Amino acid sequence: MSELETRLLDRGPSAAAAPKTELPSHKWTMLIDLDKCTGCNACVVACHVENNVPIRSEREVIRGHGQHWIRIERYWEGEGDAQRATFLPMLCQQCSNAPCEPVCPVYASVHSERENLNLQVYNRCVGTRFCGNNCPYRARQFNWFAPQFEGPITEMLNPDVTVRSGGVMEKCTFCVQRIRRVEEDALVEGRPLRDGEMVPACAQTCPTSAIVFGDRSDPQSQVAQRLGGQREFQVLEHLGTAPNVYYLKAGGSDGGAG
Amino acid sequence: MAEQASPESPVWNRPLPDDPELAAQVREIREKHLLQDARPPGEVAEKVLGPMARLGRVFWLAFVVLGGLTATWLVTWAYQAYQGMGVTGLNRTIMWAPYIVNFVYFIGIGHAGTFISAALRVLKFDWRAPISRAAESLTVFALLVAFTMPLIHMGRVWKFYWMLPFPNQRQLWPNPRSPIFWDMTAIFTYLTCSMLFMYLGILPDIATAREKSSGWRKRLYTVLALGWRGTDREWKHLDTTLNIFSYGIIPVMFSVHTVVSWDFAMTLQPGWNSTIFGPYFVVGALYSGVGAVIIIMAILRKALHLEYFLRDEHFNAMGKFLLILSFTWVYFYFNDYLLPWYHKEPILTVIFRLFTSGWAAPLWFTMLIANILVPWATLWSRKVRSSIPALVGVALLVQVGMYIERYLIVAVMLGYPELPFNWSVYIPRLPEILITLGVFAFVVLGITVLSRLVPIIPIWEVVEGQLLQGTRRIGRAIFPAKPEAD
Repeated sequence: MSELETRLLDRGPSAAAAPKTELPSHKWTMLIDLDKCTGCNACVVACHVENNVPIRSEREVIRGHGQHWIRIERYWEGEGDAQRATFLPMLCQQCSNAPCEPVCPVYASVHSERENLNLQVYNRCVGTRFCGNNCPYRARQFNWFAPQFEGPITEMLNPDVTVRSGGVMEKCTFCVQRIRRVEEDALVEGRPLRDGEMVPACAQTCPTSAIVFGDRSDPQSQVAQRLGGQREFQVLEHLGTAPNVYYLKAGGSDGGAG
Repeated sequence: MAEQASPESPVWNRPLPDDPELAAQVREIREKHLLQDARPPGEVAEKVLGPMARLGRVFWLAFVVLGGLTATWLVTWAYQAYQGMGVTGLNRTIMWAPYIVNFVYFIGIGHAGTFISAALRVLKFDWRAPISRAAESLTVFALLVAFTMPLIHMGRVWKFYWMLPFPNQRQLWPNPRSPIFWDMTAIFTYLTCSMLFMYLGILPDIATAREKSSGWRKRLYTVLALGWRGTDREWKHLDTTLNIFSYGIIPVMFSVHTVVSWDFAMTLQPGWNSTIFGPYFVVGALYSGVGAVIIIMAILRKALHLEYFLRDEHFNAMGKFLLILSFTWVYFYFNDYLLPWYHKEPILTVIFRLFTSGWAAPLWFTMLIANILVPWATLWSRKVRSSIPALVGVALLVQVGMYIERYLIVAVMLGYPELPFNWSVYIPRLPEILITLGVFAFVVLGITVLSRLVPIIPIWEVVEGQLLQGTRRIGRAIFPAKPEAD
């Protein structure tokens, strides 16, 4: 009997004996410099394209059914001529202590300790929307209708990403499909991941490079280097959700506050 | 039970005293109190079973209208499931609203039935005897409806069984950390217990109905009576079982609305994560529930000519009960609102101002008037409590008030998360309105049909109560007296 036949006939022990490839763990972290954010919404568009996020009609968006995994929250400050807008790109904060996880009755919202990510299992979701309510950032997007992609857009769908069905919850994944790809590339080439190798769609598109992404556990990474400054803050830090998205306060040359 | 007058003079055959003054007193007592106004058991049974079998034009009209609304509910639900939850007015900030409001409301009115039939039974409040079954049927139908609400609101209702622990080849189980899982467990336990409790209590009456009916009803009751013959042994077992159920179901009842409140209190939503929510929801549930029982009592009294059973004393007692619950509810409400008003946490202040002077102010003040002002201004008066239209009016207002209270908590507060960019207002659309109307209709339809199928007044409990009652003469006055039964 060849080795293949042995394996096929007796899968149990040989499968257990097969060498296990331990994937290295990462602390994926995003850093958004609000001083650099111009509120151009390019990240929103990039995210839609990369992640097959459904595009809703104007009427639906007005009704609050728009689905954007990342959005630019715009806040106005000051009065009259002195009034200026500040922007806060808001996406899933990939909380280490995520409020959305314990409330899901079917374990559709689960945590990956290895990747420091908050995962959403689309085909397990039954649509109770408890997670969406319990997300203080309102980062979770519900498919109020089954998604419809028209015309040539169907040709542009990303084959690495599931197209979700109606009635399920979805949210920013930190472009987990890209994370997987670079991890596997590194595994095949037998080398550790390089900083800057993994870039999510929003960071890739940001014209001012306001979004920096990387592995916080690597002290040489750009993210780790830039963390810990005075401008650093986390949104709703007091709630104890321990987000993995950090922001740098704006305080630009025009003296504006962020 | 022997029905002819025996030499020992059974309770329904007790002569009036010879003294005309004392006789007048006894007559007055009999007129006031159902349990003093004993009649032969056969006559009591006839007063319940007679009207039950006569289906008049009003019944069929109600049946068609309520049935139509129920059908509308089911059709709308199918439409919503087919189209997607987007047909409702929900949005990305307010992901729960209409159905969860209904859910809390119906679980709430489902509490009164158990409280009246179990807690008051244990405490030996005799006046509850004729009310208990109507209250229990309200519990059962309200819980059935409440059970459908989380299903109606699911994005993929056809996968609802994934929330149940069933063995499957992938070894996937529901998440025991989720309040929804606790919720399902608590409600399912409560629904099962309530149905069993109600069915046990009905058994002797079904047997009575079996003896006194013919045709399809006789066949139905023969099956439902489970061969009840009324032997001493059977009565003893029934008494023991009902006692166990009464004590057992009370903690279940308290747990259910506490767990429902945890659906909210366990979250990070401002206004929801409050430690007082458990008892506050339980009291609110009893408050709206007792109000709903009063309404059902009045409807049944009119529809089934139950004037003999449901008297002023019952409405009076329920009115007092409603007033006490109103006080208790206000105590919790005050506690819940004093804190944000005092400590001025920014987001809670936003919600508080929204209620006192924002767009939600009309709702909030309507609720305060309906839940506090009107009950407190009227229910202290015996005249109001004994007048059925007035009491039903107050009870209806309490329903409106309590519905608004749940609406403010679920549909309004949820629109105000911590990041102001996401603030939103929920406006109901046609599907929610139709479904809500439909479920209300279904509860009324259920009780209407059930009241024609099973004796809605517990005949045996009334007869038993009458057997135990007597009068005692002290000087020139006669008082109702009840020997301690155990």
